[in-house]
Amino acid sequence: MNRPIKILIAKPGLDGHDRGAKVVANALRDAGMEVIYTGLHQTPEMVVEAAVQEDVDVVSVSVLSGAHMTLIPKIRRLMDESGMKKVHLIGGGIIPEKDAEELKNGGKVSGIFGPGTDTRDIVTFIQGLFKGKD
Amino acid sequence: MSRVERGGPDAEAILDELFPYMGSAYRIGITGGTGSGKSTLIDALVRRYRSEGNTIGVVAEDPTSPFSGGAVLGDRIRMSSAAGDPGVFIRSIASRGSETGFSVLADELADVLDAFGRDLIFLETIGVGQLEYKIRFSAFTTVVVFTPESGDDVQGLKSGLMEVGDVFVVNKSDRPRADQFVADLRGSLDLRYHGAEWEPPVVPTVARGGAGVNNLEEAITAHRKYLEAASALDERKREGFRNRVRYLAEDKISRRIWGNPYIQKRFDGIVKQVVSDGLSPYEAAKRLVEMLQIDESQHG
Repeated sequence: MNRPIKILIAKPGLDGHDRGAKVVANALRDAGMEVIYTGLHQTPEMVVEAAVQEDVDVVSVSVLSGAHMTLIPKIRRLMDESGMKKVHLIGGGIIPEKDAEELKNGGKVSGIFGPGTDTRDIVTFIQGLFKGKD
Repeated sequence: MSRVERGGPDAEAILDELFPYMGSAYRIGITGGTGSGKSTLIDALVRRYRSEGNTIGVVAEDPTSPFSGGAVLGDRIRMSSAAGDPGVFIRSIASRGSETGFSVLADELADVLDAFGRDLIFLETIGVGQLEYKIRFSAFTTVVVFTPESGDDVQGLKSGLMEVGDVFVVNKSDRPRADQFVADLRGSLDLRYHGAEWEPPVVPTVARGGAGVNNLEEAITAHRKYLEAASALDERKREGFRNRVRYLAEDKISRRIWGNPYIQKRFDGIVKQVVSDGLSPYEAAKRLVEMLQIDESQHG
């Protein structure tokens, strides 16, 4: 028996806007995934610790504070150091195109989804990460 | 834990192998209605037990949507005590169709934490109504959490929750009418348990802020001492195992039945007869069971 895709949604850093994260959480649940939502103001260490304990398949972080170029690479590094090299990291929030490209090309994230993204696209993207692997 | 979560023979092999290492953790169940403050209360308790040097495991269950099969697991939001502390391990689990409040899978995850030497394990059920009483078979001490809005004492009398609690908490007791509710609850418990060896105490708390949590810890400790002194703890464990073995056996039997393609085919055929030939569902079920050739003579 295989379990559903398990995904952690976290809000690292200082901004207090989690409406987007909650909308995504609901959309993923409706797509049959198990979503662990950890709430606001998480440090990268807290995010990765939760990801390890919950043994998720995907870590998804929403950053609206502008600190994405610090937070996201740090989370990726901590994940790699914690034996989660194969776990996908995806990002959302206010992330300029140029930075998004840099993060993707640098292998830090599997995908970045900014404002206005159709939640169905996020669902399809995440499901696509696991196609043929079950 | 994830291998156990995925189930099947691999999970069984792991649990088999770990079984000799299980049994030393004390299991505390926390149950109650949605939004009664179970997670926050566990967070506050974990801080206290942690400061006394205990290692902690938490298994928190949240409901799976019956429509999509997905789930949002939000118990971690309230549990900041764990952050950066390897002595606290929290695992969330979706109910995945189990309707007991605390699933066997959740039990199995608690078993793994037990085998790895956690001193205390908190079992948080989904937000329950009046039916989900099975936490009683998983926990040694079951804490039932109410809020002052939980209803009058008539509700209290009929609710199945009243029968599973070893300790009762009225959380958010800084709200209006809390005193009245606490008094009503004590009244109904006294009716039910008057003169019993263990009369469940009622502890008012404000989990956010921590008021009353020390009293709750004392009540849990008192209950644990009572169980240990009366060797009632062994009885609880036996009850838990009875329930578990029975479930596992039923699960195996049911898989053997429904996993058999021949039976599936016959089943479809019999249902067709019910629909078109006027066969009654009772007669259909009887024929299906006869087909399984369960030897009745061995039952008596």
